[in-house]
Formats: sequence, structure tokens, C-alpha cells
Amino acid sequence: MTQTLTNQTLSSALKALKCKECGAEYALEATHVCEFCFGPLEVSYDFNQLSQPITRESIEAGPNSIWRYRAFLPVETDTPIDVGTGMTPLVKAHRLARQLGLKNLYIKNDAVNMPTLSFKDRVVSVALTRAQELGFTTVSCASTGNLANSTAAIATRAGLDCCVFIPADLEAGKVMGTLIYGPTVMAVQGNYDQVNRLCSEVANTHGWGFVNINLRPYYSEGSKTLGYEVAEQLGWELPDHIVAPLASGSLFTKIYKGFREFVDVGLVDDKAVRFSGAQAEGCSPIAQAYREGRDFINPVKPNTIAKSIAIGNPADGVYAIDIANKTNGNIESVTDAEIIAGIKLLAETEGIFTETAGGTTVAVLKKLVEAGKIDPDEKTVVYITGNGLKTQEAVQGYVGQPLTIEPKLGSFERALERSRMLDRLDWQAVSV
Amino acid sequence: MSVTVLIPTPLQKLTKNQATVKCDGGSIGELLDSLEQSCPGIKARLCDEQGELRRFVNFYVNNEDIRFLEGQKTALQDGDEVSIIPAIAGG
Repeated sequence: MTQTLTNQTLSSALKALKCKECGAEYALEATHVCEFCFGPLEVSYDFNQLSQPITRESIEAGPNSIWRYRAFLPVETDTPIDVGTGMTPLVKAHRLARQLGLKNLYIKNDAVNMPTLSFKDRVVSVALTRAQELGFTTVSCASTGNLANSTAAIATRAGLDCCVFIPADLEAGKVMGTLIYGPTVMAVQGNYDQVNRLCSEVANTHGWGFVNINLRPYYSEGSKTLGYEVAEQLGWELPDHIVAPLASGSLFTKIYKGFREFVDVGLVDDKAVRFSGAQAEGCSPIAQAYREGRDFINPVKPNTIAKSIAIGNPADGVYAIDIANKTNGNIESVTDAEIIAGIKLLAETEGIFTETAGGTTVAVLKKLVEAGKIDPDEKTVVYITGNGLKTQEAVQGYVGQPLTIEPKLGSFERALERSRMLDRLDWQAVSV
Repeated sequence: MSVTVLIPTPLQKLTKNQATVKCDGGSIGELLDSLEQSCPGIKARLCDEQGELRRFVNFYVNNEDIRFLEGQKTALQDGDEVSIIPAIAGG
């Protein structure tokens, strides 16, 4: 115990849990809701507490994972659960840029994040490290899919028991992508919000560590690494504009927090960064509130193929709106058809196959460009948060068909001729 | 109308650590007053000075968010189940 206390004061900047609404403070335990106003609790830090200053060199000397930013993350241990998560490619998207008429476009590609191909690996690595520190032996989550995959995979690496809760109508790829790691999976007959509500009750009664419920303040901090990495990968500089998907709004607000922390600690120069958010029209409570100038969310019932961002009652929605407004960004929504077109556009220009949340983000980028809301010279970073192999059903029937031929040269040549003609006619196979 | 109210952990200190409370009320609004009688202080946690529900408080009647029903005027029947839940996080 003495060892732990020493580590706490020397190598951790953790201060307290603080309510985002009313400022009430709490001990750094597994709790996520303010007792006074039900507002969300957030980890607060004092970076002056650290025994060593954080410098660019100290970060660059760290592991090639999110844990190079350990000083900014809400854990006390020097041996976090590191499965190589993070430091995903920041791709300069020349072809997509040219297609859209932009000059300085980047893709932050978490479609290839380790180990489960979505940004969730970041938040889960942090949550499970903290769960172990707090003594949990069973960890859990309420998930639309990516989180379940990630929690199951990383829990098994960490030797923790795992039980995940998903909506029963989740895409097959995501269900299999969780089952394979061997957790218990509860497929709840309801939408994600109903799953989450049930999990709140389970967390209270069974004492499990739910990464996105009672461990949420620690979990959500992992998303800051998406901000840190972009700043480091741009050469220790902030971008001019970012576009990110909005589910609960947490990712959006944490990227903002990450940039601010880097400025506060002196790692990058301060700069105005515009924050734009993307939602699917079939579940756009944040976009609607933004458009109507409201500072409160009216919950909606989700109805969209973008299941991974289908949160009808988003806890951080109001904070996301606040950030979009004060940074002069935009929050937009797109139809399911536009989402599919967004997936295809990214794949066909940059060779990156993203899932429906990524399609939503690309589609909103396109919509903002066409509305004249993005300066072509702005250094814009688009956050792609998950891999397309996980939502194949969404693009089924929209990607055309192979040309079936006999194993004969003549058959091939006729087919090639036909395919070139079809290309010239810009023919597209349409599923009926 | 006699209903069962499911109390979330942050509020259980005010209900003597009970996770469920039986209460009376013809509507959500009446229920809040009735809860305040049996668990003093609880209404201030749930409502602001104008009597509006705080923006992070969610009320469900039989698993339906009252914002899809009639808000605080939502009528209650005998045996209804009312849940009080904080806002939802993504996953």
C-alpha cells in the first residue's frame, strides 16, 4: 500500500472526479454520476503534481502505443495493459481531397487500431487498467458492437472475467467478433439505450466493472489519445479543423480536451481548431439540438444503419454542441444512402474500408464542403473510428458484382471488354 | 395510483438505501411530490428551482421515456413501474 501511495504522488497527475455540470468533487472510484445533479463525472488532473515534466522527447521515447501518453491518462500504474493500441496511421488523403476540392486533408485511421480494429481499444485499455487497479475481477460493457469486441479481447489478455451486453439485432460480424474471445454475451431484445439502462442496474447489483458505465470517467479519457496522436503526427502541431462522429458525444469532447491539455502543458502552440460533428439522420438528437439552438437534448428513437453511433439519449450531447459552437464548427447529419456513399468514396479514393460510423463522417465532410463550410486550405483531420469488415451488411448490394467467366482466354477477353464498356457508361449494379 | 419506483444508486442515500420504493401519484408530477414526502430532499436532486426536471435526469414509465409520453403530466396506472436513470453513454 505504501508503494501505491508513493506512485500516486510521484507519477500520477490524478486529482479527483469532478461533475461537469455543477463542479462537485468525488474520490477516484468506480462512479460516474453526480449525486447532486446527475451530471457526468470527469477526471481532473494537476500536471504540476508529476515528478518529471512532460516533454516531446519523453513522449517520443515512450512505447509505440497510447501509453506514451500515460501521464495524461487516469491510471496510477507504471505497467498498464498495453496490447499495442494506438499510434494508428495519420494518412494524407490526396485523392479524397482532390475529389472534394480540398488541399490539406488527413485521415486518422483507427480502422486498423489494435487489437480489434476500432477506436474502442483505446478507451478499453484505459478502463481495464483502472478496473484492475480498483480491484475488479469481472468486467463488462453495454455495447453496439465495437466496444464488446474490444472489451472481450483486452479482458482476456488481462486475465479478467468478462460479460458483454449487446442489442440482439447487432450485425453478425460484430457478434462473432466478440464471441470468439470467449466472454459471456447477453443479446438483449431492445435497442442500445435499453441495453445500457439494464447494465446500470446490473452494475449496481452485481459489483462488476462496466467500462462505459461505472468506469466511464476513466474509459472516456482514452479518447484524448486521438487528439494527442494527431498533434504529434502533424509534427507537434494542432490541425485547423477536425470532423468526428457523434454517438454519445464523448469522443468529440475528449479530442478537444486532449488538444487543450497539450497546449496547457506547453507541448504545442495554442491555435483555434474548429470541431465539426457527424450524425446519421436516423439518430441525430445532437444535430437537431444544434440546428435549433437548444442547449438540451430531446431523446430520439434510433432508426439508421449506423448502429455504432445510434445513441438516442446521448450523455455528452450538450457538451459537444457547446464545443462546435465555440470553435465555429458545424454539426451535420446525413441519410443512410449518403452514409453508404461515404463508405464507398473513402474506399475508392484512399483504399480505406470503414464501417457505417466512418461513412457517416466522410458523408458529413462532403456535405460541409459542398455547403462551403470548409476552407480548401484548412488542415482538416477526419477521424475514422472503425473497420468496414464489421458492418458488411450495410454495403451488401451496393458494391457491384464480380464478372463470372469460364477458364478460357476468350471468355476473359469478352468480359474485360464488357467491363470497360460498363466503366465508360458509368454503370452501377443496383440491388432490388 | 400505486406505482413502484426504481431508484438509482446516487439517490439511494435519500431512500434509506432502498433500490425500489412504492409510491402514489396520478402523474409523474404528483409522484415527485409524493416521493418528496417520503424521502425529503429527493425532489431538489431531480428538479431545478423552476420545477423542471434537470437535464441529465431521465424518467421511464414501463420502459418508455416520459419525453415520448407527456413529460411530467404522464398519467400513471396502478402497478406501473417508474425508473429514474442518468443519461446514456455510448458503446
